[in-house]
Amino acid sequence: MMYDVVVVGGGPAGLAAASESSKLGLGTLLLDENPRLGGILPQCIHPGFGLHCLGEDLTGPEFAHRLIEEVRRSDVEVKTQAHVTSLAMRSDLVKEVTYASPQGTEAVQAKAVIYAAGARERHRFEVGIAGDRVAGIYTAGEAQAMMDLYGVMPGRRVVIVGSGDVGLIMARRFALEGAEVVGVVEMLPYPGGLARNLMILRDFDIPLYLSHKVTEVRGRGRVERVKVVRVDEELRETGEGFWMECDTLLISAGLVPRVKILRRAGAIIDPATGGPVVNDRLETTLPGVFAAGNSLIINDLVDYAVEQGRTAAKGAGEFVRGNGIPTRRWIRVRREGNVRFVVPHMLGGDRDVWLYTRVSRPVEDALVEVPEIGLRRKVPVLKPSEMLRLRIKAEVEGGRVTLVIK
Amino acid sequence: MTVYKLTCVICPLSCSVEVEVEGNRVKDVRGFSCTRGKEWAVEEVLSPKRVVMTVIQVRGGKEPVVSVKTDSPIPKERIRELMSYLATLEVEAPISIGQVVVEHPLGLKTKIVATGSVEAVETRGHA
Repeated sequence: MMYDVVVVGGGPAGLAAASESSKLGLGTLLLDENPRLGGILPQCIHPGFGLHCLGEDLTGPEFAHRLIEEVRRSDVEVKTQAHVTSLAMRSDLVKEVTYASPQGTEAVQAKAVIYAAGARERHRFEVGIAGDRVAGIYTAGEAQAMMDLYGVMPGRRVVIVGSGDVGLIMARRFALEGAEVVGVVEMLPYPGGLARNLMILRDFDIPLYLSHKVTEVRGRGRVERVKVVRVDEELRETGEGFWMECDTLLISAGLVPRVKILRRAGAIIDPATGGPVVNDRLETTLPGVFAAGNSLIINDLVDYAVEQGRTAAKGAGEFVRGNGIPTRRWIRVRREGNVRFVVPHMLGGDRDVWLYTRVSRPVEDALVEVPEIGLRRKVPVLKPSEMLRLRIKAEVEGGRVTLVIK
Repeated sequence: MTVYKLTCVICPLSCSVEVEVEGNRVKDVRGFSCTRGKEWAVEEVLSPKRVVMTVIQVRGGKEPVVSVKTDSPIPKERIRELMSYLATLEVEAPISIGQVVVEHPLGLKTKIVATGSVEAVETRGHA
């Protein structure tokens, strides 16, 4: 079976990509490994979704519902419980997507693929937490699924590692359900979450330990206590540390784009984002394979994932209609100063595009510049936790673009 | 006189807003860059409110719980009481998104609304 577009992943980016692709008249198949669509959204029961792209404040399940309804009303063919195991380039114009499903292993062919498989959470061994292998250690997302999909409390006394948005949201969830959040432990000297989520700590009187890390878990059968040590500016442990009594340890140490399938297929991965290198159509270095959502870059707003899904679908449409994106001289986006990453990596110079970027460290009175196009903007505060999105005009002169943040 | 220092959460600009309060009256608001931010800061100081979300038990459903929220923010000091009440609730499947589960719980102005749907399990007839 040959489709115009196969979308891998039915979260916000994949759902948006699939309905946009169908709207463009492309024969579209959407594959998702879970029995239900929506990706991580169904378990994100807090509000704050869609503020930018819908102008409404929805919870995760409500936002997912909108996207799913849009797909259901379209001609998109949906297959759930289909776990994609490989992507192969048969030629520049034909890709084969293989997936495992309750019916067995199956394969479909497509002219274009939109890869939106999301991200995975970092686990305890990636953040250097040694000690006993006991029950009661969860990633924040696992605990969220237990509570909000299955109605099960993971524990009563919780220590949370990491002050990113997911960690803070789970701190509130536990506090709301009457559990004690003993503390949120953050390795860096500044908190990681959005301002609206940092309010949670004040609302529920939850102690935040900046420049501290959890180094060890102790317990018999179940977590009983964790060791917390202060770190210096180079993140080296200092002093003896102290113990926190708890029965649950939550790891909220960031997300990593899921790109194994893309990497195996030969796509070039950017070490700065952990996602693929893409051009302004969000096409990876594999012709006709596009990426969107958290497998492209870790987004802090669902709105951006949706936007990327739509951009990727438009790119896929261009690819399918033109038998490839017309060859052009791609302009490399260079970064200078306090820029951790910038996506897309390459611009065609023939359209306005969104640049997504993050700084490496917090900065006040930041100056954001793209000298080649005369863009110059002052931003009061820039934090690594808040992605900056910049509109870049098509006319790029001199064949180079540099993003400078000072 | 007390000065409250807040980080505005209305948009990602994250303005640092200061609210000067004397008794129960706001004397001055500084640092905001839009009227929504100003209003938010005043309310946050005088009568903070939050939207509350949780899940409640479902009987006879394909899933064990359904997610719910208050359809408007409630006073912060009533949150704990509302959560204890919601923990005792059980609703019958099917439930569809947007359905009002409870009107005015504990005399609050808000409604408890389902934010997800849960289908009922098909019941088999007795032989």
